[in-house]
Amino acid sequence: MSLDKPYLDVPGTTIFDAEQSRRGYHLNQFCMSLMKAENRARFKANERAYLDEWPMTDEQKLAVLARDLNRCIQLGGNIYFLAKIGATDGKSFQQMAGSMTGMSEEEYRNMMISGGRSVEGNRYIGEQTGEKK
Amino acid sequence: MAHISASVYTSHVPAIGAALDMGKTQEPYWQPLFAGYEYSKQWMKDNKPDVIFLVFNDHATAFSLDMIPTFAIGTAAEFTPADEGWGPRPVPKVIGHPELASHIAQSVIQQDFDLTIVNKMDVDHGLTVPLSLMCGQPDAWPCPVIPFAVNVVQYPVPSGQRCYNLGKAIRKAIESFDDKLNVQIWGTGGMSHQLQGPRAGLINKEFDNAFLDELIADPGALAQKPHIDYVREAGSEGIELVMWLIARGAMDDAAGGPKAQLKHRFYHVPASNTAVGHLILENAK
Repeated sequence: MSLDKPYLDVPGTTIFDAEQSRRGYHLNQFCMSLMKAENRARFKANERAYLDEWPMTDEQKLAVLARDLNRCIQLGGNIYFLAKIGATDGKSFQQMAGSMTGMSEEEYRNMMISGGRSVEGNRYIGEQTGEKK
Repeated sequence: MAHISASVYTSHVPAIGAALDMGKTQEPYWQPLFAGYEYSKQWMKDNKPDVIFLVFNDHATAFSLDMIPTFAIGTAAEFTPADEGWGPRPVPKVIGHPELASHIAQSVIQQDFDLTIVNKMDVDHGLTVPLSLMCGQPDAWPCPVIPFAVNVVQYPVPSGQRCYNLGKAIRKAIESFDDKLNVQIWGTGGMSHQLQGPRAGLINKEFDNAFLDELIADPGALAQKPHIDYVREAGSEGIELVMWLIARGAMDDAAGGPKAQLKHRFYHVPASNTAVGHLILENAK
């Protein structure tokens, strides 16, 4: 019997469930390693070499190198783990979150100041024309 | 006998901690938020507890993907504020209450909630930001704190109903502790926010305010709200709000006692990516 996943039709959202967690285990553990200053220094010195120490897929490594957080999340990354990459890069959580929306940093910040993204039209995939997960 | 005198509910946004630590509280962006906690800081001074039982979630700090406990109680003598990648927050060490924590663990497990017992754990902004909001910037926190970490990172997180029932079990556990202790229980996290994907930045004021109304007036009904409603309406990280139901379930009225009294209510958008909500409820004296 298949698992109940009622959250698959929420647009622009990937729920970090057991399946994603399994897919992203090494990616997320790599991120976790960046909580140590010496690892951050080694990663910065040669990102590819540092990533090659981890049994991650090549797709995952390329997504990290490109700082493509949406792709990282698709491939099993979780935002709280991916935030360690942002911290290594000196980015705030708002800069990281904004980078996934296709908006500029300023546009995103202004959207938040004026009350955030409305839930109207953002509850189900397909509510808005051209909306794709 | 120990008893719960009050419950406190608040968001725990990391940027709030950073604003405090960097002396930005009077900047126009932050001033309205901190103004909402002025009452609360005075209330804390006037109603200083002996112990705070603080429900929060770890954000990939103490728990990596190596171990993901659903409910973890901190039984250590002290807990160090964590380095989350930006350096540790310059806040006091958190002093635990191992005797009460161990007592609660034993009692709650005997009530069929299988807690993970944690004797060593750094605590992240989920725990220290609520302390800063309620206590300001003291040299030492006003009392011992029992950290209680809930998994809201990997789905499925515990249901609202289970959290509410767990709160009831925690209340029973505290009331069976022999020492006379005044305990506050805090539920933290939320309110609406989404930190990931193209839908990042979602805020839902109507949902949040309805949640606050129902948490005050009819928490038993609120406990039945399914996960998907939080995700769809309050954002993928809005699911943290289930933790508020643990604190609410520990109030006297959840066990048929007199109705909890609302002392303070505050709501503000935004703090970074997040809607901030805050309540103080007292048990009838």
